[in-house]
Amino acid sequence: MNAKAFLFVFAVAFLPFLASAQGFAGLGQSSDGFALPDPDTRFSFPDDHGPHPNFRIEWWYVTANLRDKDGVDYGVQWTLFRNAMTPSGTDADQIWMGHAAVSGPDGHYFDERFSRGGSGTAGVSSEPFEAFIDEWVMTGSDPNNVRLHAQGSDFSYDLSLQASNEFVPQGANGFSAKSHEGLASHYYSQPFYKISGTVILPSGEISVTGRGWLDREWSSQPLSPTQTGWDWISLHLDGGDKMMGYRLRDETGPAYTVGTWISRDGTPTPFVPGELTMTPIEWASVADRDVPVGWRVTLPKRDLAIQVEAIYPQSWMSTAVPYWEGPVSFDGTHKGIGYLEMTGYE
Amino acid sequence: MTAAALHALLSHWRRKPFQLVTLVLGLALATALWAGVQAINAEARKSYDDAANVLGGSQVIVDSAGAQIAPDAYATLRRNGWKVSPIVDGWVAGSEGRVRLLGIDPLTLSPGTPTRGALEDIELTDFLGSQGRILTSPATATRLENFGARVQKVEGLAPGLALVDLSGAAALLEQSGYDRLELDPEQPLSQTPLKEIAPSLIIKAPDSAGDLARLTDSFHLNLTAFGLLSFAVGLFIVNGAVGLAFEQRRPVFRTLRALGVPARNLVFLLVVELLILALIAGAIGVVLGYFIAAFLLPDVAATLRGLYGATIDGALTLSPLWWLSGLAIAILGTALAALTHLVQVARLKPLAAAQPRAWALASESVMRMQLIVATLCLATSLFAGLVGGGLVGGFVLLAGLLLTAALALPTALSIILRGAERLSRGVLSEWFWADTRQQLPGLSLALMALLLALAANIGVGTMVGSFRLTFTGWLDQRLASELYVTAESEAEVTDLIAFLEPRTDAILPIWHTDAEVLGAPAEIYGIVDHPTYRENWPLLSALPNVWDRIAIGEGALINEQLGRREDIAPGDVIAMPGGWETEVLGVYSDYGNPMGQVILPTSTLTTRYSDIDRTDFGLRVSRGNVDAVRTSLTEDFGLPAENIIDQASIKSFSIDVFDRTFAVSAALNVLTLAVAGFAILTSLLTIAAMRLPQLAPIWALGIPRHILARAELIRALILAAVTFVLAVPVGLLLAWVLLAVINVEAFGWRLPMHFFPADWAWLALLSLLAAGLASLWPARRLATRPPADLIRVFSHER
Amino acid sequence: MLLDVQNLSKRFEAVTILDGVSLSLAIGESVALTGESGSGKSTLLHIIAGLEPADGGEVTVDGIALSTLKDAGRARLRRDDIGIVFQQFNLIPSLNIAQNLLFQARLAGRDANLSALAEQLGLSEHLSKYPEQLSGGQQQRVAIGRAIAARPKLVLADEPTGNLDETTGDAVFDLLLQSAKETGAGLLIVTHSERLASRSNRRLHLRQGRIQQ
Ligand SMILES: Nc1ncnc2c1ncn2[C@@H]1O[C@H](COP(=O)(O)OP(=O)(O)O)[C@@H](O)[C@H]1O
Ligand SMILES: [Mg+2]
Repeated sequence: MNAKAFLFVFAVAFLPFLASAQGFAGLGQSSDGFALPDPDTRFSFPDDHGPHPNFRIEWWYVTANLRDKDGVDYGVQWTLFRNAMTPSGTDADQIWMGHAAVSGPDGHYFDERFSRGGSGTAGVSSEPFEAFIDEWVMTGSDPNNVRLHAQGSDFSYDLSLQASNEFVPQGANGFSAKSHEGLASHYYSQPFYKISGTVILPSGEISVTGRGWLDREWSSQPLSPTQTGWDWISLHLDGGDKMMGYRLRDETGPAYTVGTWISRDGTPTPFVPGELTMTPIEWASVADRDVPVGWRVTLPKRDLAIQVEAIYPQSWMSTAVPYWEGPVSFDGTHKGIGYLEMTGYE
Repeated sequence: MTAAALHALLSHWRRKPFQLVTLVLGLALATALWAGVQAINAEARKSYDDAANVLGGSQVIVDSAGAQIAPDAYATLRRNGWKVSPIVDGWVAGSEGRVRLLGIDPLTLSPGTPTRGALEDIELTDFLGSQGRILTSPATATRLENFGARVQKVEGLAPGLALVDLSGAAALLEQSGYDRLELDPEQPLSQTPLKEIAPSLIIKAPDSAGDLARLTDSFHLNLTAFGLLSFAVGLFIVNGAVGLAFEQRRPVFRTLRALGVPARNLVFLLVVELLILALIAGAIGVVLGYFIAAFLLPDVAATLRGLYGATIDGALTLSPLWWLSGLAIAILGTALAALTHLVQVARLKPLAAAQPRAWALASESVMRMQLIVATLCLATSLFAGLVGGGLVGGFVLLAGLLLTAALALPTALSIILRGAERLSRGVLSEWFWADTRQQLPGLSLALMALLLALAANIGVGTMVGSFRLTFTGWLDQRLASELYVTAESEAEVTDLIAFLEPRTDAILPIWHTDAEVLGAPAEIYGIVDHPTYRENWPLLSALPNVWDRIAIGEGALINEQLGRREDIAPGDVIAMPGGWETEVLGVYSDYGNPMGQVILPTSTLTTRYSDIDRTDFGLRVSRGNVDAVRTSLTEDFGLPAENIIDQASIKSFSIDVFDRTFAVSAALNVLTLAVAGFAILTSLLTIAAMRLPQLAPIWALGIPRHILARAELIRALILAAVTFVLAVPVGLLLAWVLLAVINVEAFGWRLPMHFFPADWAWLALLSLLAAGLASLWPARRLATRPPADLIRVFSHER
Repeated sequence: MLLDVQNLSKRFEAVTILDGVSLSLAIGESVALTGESGSGKSTLLHIIAGLEPADGGEVTVDGIALSTLKDAGRARLRRDDIGIVFQQFNLIPSLNIAQNLLFQARLAGRDANLSALAEQLGLSEHLSKYPEQLSGGQQQRVAIGRAIAARPKLVLADEPTGNLDETTGDAVFDLLLQSAKETGAGLLIVTHSERLASRSNRRLHLRQGRIQQ
């Protein structure tokens, strides 16, 4: 999941041009009038690929681990957020935000876009599928077969994403809990993308191939007031299995750590809170702050004990609300690659 | 030793506190005038910058035909890789007058723009939406009380401006399109060419703000020129005061040198002393300058608003840099004034006998030098003015002519005095003229200051007077309708006309649209064929049958500034926005308007342009009926009173704006003259100290002191009078340059020159009074001087 | 008597400078006044010339008592009847030598023969020059010429050679004596020099505020 999205949405709603939020206090409060996640809801596609404007927040979130012909690693991010200012569900009350990034050996390139609903400059339609903000698009017959494009003043990418598996519900049949108090979201993923395409960086055009991961999530009341940030990983294990885990840090007590094991055939097995552990073991100074870029991750039930390390530790997103997001590799009982996201290190 | 020497030097000031006051005051005054003018300029520039920042210093995309940009076109641009942000730009009626309304989209505005800075503390949810907040500076907020709680005050926002969300602006201005798209300076790697996706849109350099700076440049150059003139005049005082202090301390210098103080140390001590004095005087001057600026700023602000529509905050905010530059200019001025004196001290021989200075010889070579420099000045200024051209060229011409006149003044006076000496008969009058001529070198700086001040006064006075005469005459022609009304909305217009038809002699639509003509913002007006125009319109030049041809749509009229800027004369064809051409049938004067203007028949205006303001009308009403029509409009028709203006109020308003415009010039004029008077006083005091050895022999030979004193007084009056007489042609030349060169370059209109001899008489009186007052005191001192002082000349070394 | 000084006294603040000075001078007579520096010679001369008032006593010039004259009257007396030569700053700097020479004569409304005068003083070359272009001795000669050109009855000279070297001083002194003799004026000449004083008809010595014969 991309819990930091809540923070962005919060920022968009109240302080568009200031990074200094008033803590997270506002997040848990005002869901008045918005729809709330319901554990009995089941996904219905293709409709659920489109927006759910009666929920406050929602996103379409793609991360990709790519390599060129020389084996050099690249990370790609494409994100579209929707935030409703009121529960009216009208276009005019939506604010859209896009984030795009490429992490590579020469640096971390990113851009950010905003759009007001109803202006025709951002939106999502489910069939045929298209999510866009400005010229950035994720478009195709359905989300399993899309073209992904974004660009900034110093980077651009154009990728083709293919998957044949079903979309994977996270949590309890897609009802994903965020705290012991029962805050939750609707959440499904597509972790099995195969990708090919080109990335353009200042050094030139690069042909790449690799794997991708889509997260779709919507909610109205996602965080507890005392939760200060989160650390999220999505892992492509060498054997073909996938794992997603996140740790919600709480200023009043221990972190809330959950996740899902997704076997290579797409069957999800959610973790009981606390089953997964995530412990920072290596810190790097990034954008004038210390950020944990090395992690020890254990899942005793599956005999998993690995060190996860950022491939490019400087993958910092200096967006309106800043956060860390970049590709990782891991070693130990299991090997593979994946994506790490960390928020609240401000 | 150094301490003792310093003590000896400084003790002078304790004995002559008045001299200290003169020196400090002179320097402070000079600094004050300069700093004051600079403060005003800085304040105005800051306001423009604020406005420029908010209005967008970046490039914009506009419709080539001046139409609004549809939201769909905006979306197409964004979806094709164009990072642009829509702007809605219009005027909204506030409870206290119009306010410029900018509708912005905070979501797409470039992060670098200061507008987004202004939004920093604003909650986006409060700002967004058609009922969102209206942000203005605290001063402007008072003009928008009709919007109640929607108005939120934001410090640092440009005055006269309201920021509102795009949707809010659309609602207030009842428009769905955008006026322009601001181009983010940072654009993505690839985008579809504009031509392919929106052929009617073009990229344009930022507009209004730059225009404002350009339009007002001439005004500020004007002020700066005045500030410089005042400073130059002020320097004459400083020179006089420093000269006096040095002259009187000559014996002290000599003694100190004789006692073994090296010349270098002595000069160093004097430099330290001057530096301290300059700093003190500079500080006083800057404070005085602040008050001058604060005093003049309201007038300047009114001028800029009236003349250019530029809004300036009424309050002064001064940067540390300004304070420092004030001090620097004081130090520079002191250095300039003291340089020759310091060199003299450095060259002083300790035991040289006190020689009366070789006036005649020295002054002749100095005058020769001055004449050479004057000639060079004249050549430079003529070259700059006639060959170089442009506004700066005009000002160089102006400054060069003034400087030439000032530098040539001693020679001219010398020639005149020599002539008088030749013609004089009695031995005393012979001595008087010879002696007056001998005083010239000591007085010439002060007299040059007086000449400059007088010439500037005559020149500016003539210019302003000529302008005012022309302007009032022009207003009478231009404002021929008795009443001017503005309908509340276009929907109301038909009713309004129907209502007015039986009550008026004629209803003259004054419809207009704003557009870009030949690359600069301009107004296009539509008029109907009516004797009002035929009889009154102030045409400067026209083709035959101009009104008949206008009536049938055969061409257009343009204002003088457009004609001069583009070098268009009647008979030429101009390209109009929207891609059509028309013949210019006539050129009319249009004083006070910074923009170009084109007049078309109403029918042409409406067929060629869509976005026309059709709510303004001029009404012809017989004199006695004006009040009745006005009353019935407000009471029977229900038009708000502020939508009706009668001819007299527009005229008085215009004249008021005009007078305020030149109030600053007048104030600076008076200050300059006062400074010149002060310069004469200090020069005379300096000379008085050196006069005793020159006067004592005459007195000893049997001429009583009171006669000598009277001669001193008469001398000052005669010099002032001659200087005044010489200043008149210089002033008139100045006026001519202002009217025929500067005005044309700065505003685009040329004004006929009128003469105001009564003003000159006043000025002559004033300058005689200044010289008289300035010489009265030294003369009185001479008349009442104890004989012992005079006797001492013969028996002691000075 | 051309000049008669009776019991003249003068104080500056508490200090008595002149304490009952009496002297007289006949037409055509030249008298040298000597005395130590600060003894009051100049003060005496200034009082006689009417430049400064006395505290007591009387000065009579050509029968006119100075005490009966107002400021303007004393000025007129100086203009018409007295020629003065000072130690320095004698000349009017804005006028040329010719104008300086004739200045007093013209003020007094008398004719003077400029070329003869210039010839006599050896200044013919310098007539169109200005005072500061001349040497000290030349300037003093102009001063003497100016004093006698007006044909005054009384010529007063206050250390006319004080600023000059010996040779020049002797020449100027002789010129003064000779000029006075030629015009028949009475001459009172203050000097430091015993040697020069001996050339005059009579010598007076000022000491402790009194004349000692
Ligand atoms: N105006 C004056 N005020 C005060 N003291 C004076 C004044 N003029 C002269 N004295 C003093 O009077 C004295 C006589 O001076 P002065 O007549 O010049 O002497 P002399 O010419 O013999 O050298 C001196 O001690 C001098 O200082
Ligand atoms: Mg003496």
